[in-house]
Amino acid sequence: MAVLTILQAVNDALRTEMRLNEKIVVLGEDVGRLGGVFRATDGLQKEFGEERVVDTPLSEAGIIGSAIGMALYGLRPVPEIQFQDFIYPAFDQIVNELAKFRYRSGGQYPCPVTIRTPYGGGIRGGHYHSQSGETHFAHTPGLKVVIPSTPYDTKGLLIASMRDPDPVMFMEPKRIYRSAKGEVPEGAYTVPIGKASVPREGTDVSVFAYGSMIPVCLEAAKHAESKGTSVEVVDLRSLVPLDIKAVLASAEKTGRAVVVYEAPRTCGYGAEISALIAEHAMLSMKAPIVRVTGFDTPFPYALEDLYMPNPDRVYRAIEQVMSY
Amino acid sequence: MPEEIRYIQVVDEEGRVDTKLEPKMKKERVMQLYTTLIRLRTLEARMMTLQRAGRIGFYGGSVGQEATATGSAAALQPQDWVFPQYREPGAALIKGISMETLLYQFMSTAKDIGKGRQMPVHYGDRAVNFVTISSVVASQIPHGVGAAWAMRMRKANAVAMVYYGDGATSTADFHAGMNFAAVFRAPCIMWCNNNQFAISVPREKQTASKTLAQKAIAYGMEGLQVDGQDMISVYAAAKYAADKARKGDGPTMVESITYRVGPHSSSDDPSRYRPDSEVELWRKKDTLERMRHYLRHKKWYDEDEDAKLHKLADEEVSAAIAAAERAGPPSWETMLEDVYAEMPQHLQMQHDDLAAYLKWKEARA
Repeated sequence: MAVLTILQAVNDALRTEMRLNEKIVVLGEDVGRLGGVFRATDGLQKEFGEERVVDTPLSEAGIIGSAIGMALYGLRPVPEIQFQDFIYPAFDQIVNELAKFRYRSGGQYPCPVTIRTPYGGGIRGGHYHSQSGETHFAHTPGLKVVIPSTPYDTKGLLIASMRDPDPVMFMEPKRIYRSAKGEVPEGAYTVPIGKASVPREGTDVSVFAYGSMIPVCLEAAKHAESKGTSVEVVDLRSLVPLDIKAVLASAEKTGRAVVVYEAPRTCGYGAEISALIAEHAMLSMKAPIVRVTGFDTPFPYALEDLYMPNPDRVYRAIEQVMSY
Repeated sequence: MPEEIRYIQVVDEEGRVDTKLEPKMKKERVMQLYTTLIRLRTLEARMMTLQRAGRIGFYGGSVGQEATATGSAAALQPQDWVFPQYREPGAALIKGISMETLLYQFMSTAKDIGKGRQMPVHYGDRAVNFVTISSVVASQIPHGVGAAWAMRMRKANAVAMVYYGDGATSTADFHAGMNFAAVFRAPCIMWCNNNQFAISVPREKQTASKTLAQKAIAYGMEGLQVDGQDMISVYAAAKYAADKARKGDGPTMVESITYRVGPHSSSDDPSRYRPDSEVELWRKKDTLERMRHYLRHKKWYDEDEDAKLHKLADEEVSAAIAAAERAGPPSWETMLEDVYAEMPQHLQMQHDDLAAYLKWKEARA
């Protein structure tokens, strides 16, 4: 089996599904001739032509707005927003149009657009190439929000997204675009949206995370193991819909929960995980739930390493919950 | 591409007909369109009354500008799509949405295709390719362009009619939509109903451009102006733009010059921002009167027939109101449906919570 990076898995998923479904159209800034600024769409225009892999004018609202129109008419557009930080000019189109079309039309107009966008820090990108805005979308009913952390999941979840009847925000962890490597099968397969995975099983503490925080948490878990603490890492993979059963099952099993996300702390997605555990598994808990997150500041440049949750901070939180 | 803005007027205010520009239309078709104007005016008057009486929650009307939506939609074919703003009930009727369908929506009933989820005047019907309305100004413009682009990719013999108003031309979505339409030569008609006001802000404060249509030129698109008070002119302009798009010759922007005689909505008080004398001036350019000029010119006008049409319209609207009042409100479960194709676990939990609450409430009653 081929060993691919997350970027190569994105490319493989698009190519594989475009060969199977002629309704898929890739559009965005620099996605055609250049193959995307990260090369996620490399070679696609050459294989599928300029009608299906489209270099658009520089307008996020135009990209998402016209993708919505294509989807209404029956195509399966897969727009790319070059950095998630640049998605906000299209925020109205996503929140007020894409997310609401099925509902507001009484189910007449499904709008299956898969928006691919790289998110997150750790790449020396400053305010505007580093943000982790998943909560904006998770807080918008009608959208699905998917964030993979491995090449295998990337391909399977992206193909599942392109086959999903609903709009999907497919957020790619750009910090580990090239560093995360793994075996990826040839041909089409799907990983179901709405199912968490458990990349590491354990019995003392559950650590809940997603995307580029997964390698950070796995490293912290390894260190904790060497100190005699057994850590379970739960990779949510899909924030909406959330695998509520998997979250509660792990929390109930270990009785201790650490929630990790790189976004600003207040109202971050992990706050929902904390609330769910508090509401439904309180009586199983042996310690307060602890969060390890970014800070409630704009994303910093020089002090980026201090801002981003790292294995040390996650390990410290594990120690904290073990101290009860 | 012409870099001048053509102005199209077939029937002028005195009733003179420019036979060179006059489109070829059969008597039955013209009478059908005229009847639509009568049905609309009847509907609008009744809806404002219903709103004042508290029988519908809200209304936003198109009195004074009925011709521009009706005549433009009349140039479309069944496979063509309409991307409405929210002041084009004329296009809805022409596309084949029934009076009852509208009333089911206006009265927020169980029979509303949209399941009572949106405030009145936000309707849509996939069966006739009339896309469900949003309140957001101009957001539909890139949708129409994207759909038109898809029509071309799918080699469908279809075009998209994209409606918006004068205020919309100031938005980013207008800019994005116009630019994408021109770059990708999308088969669409960018139809601007310039009714002179965005709620209270007059057209002159919306843009320093001399015309709205001239904005098209900067995008590399043809721009036209048309007398929006004359349905025959409107039809001629729309037919030209639709034929052109269908042939693969790209999009056209049409600025249809009209006037919103009524308020922005039932919540608006236009006396705060414009003098009655101005409204009176436009009442004299009334679109139904202009059509009667044309019918007389064609010797198709018959006063008795006209009275009959008004009576029929009145009966049609009354029957639709009665049907809607019988339909009842949507069931509580519908609040949680259609968020996704299938109800995910978190919504299922909320559904069960709500069911438990309703049961608890019933037990206490």
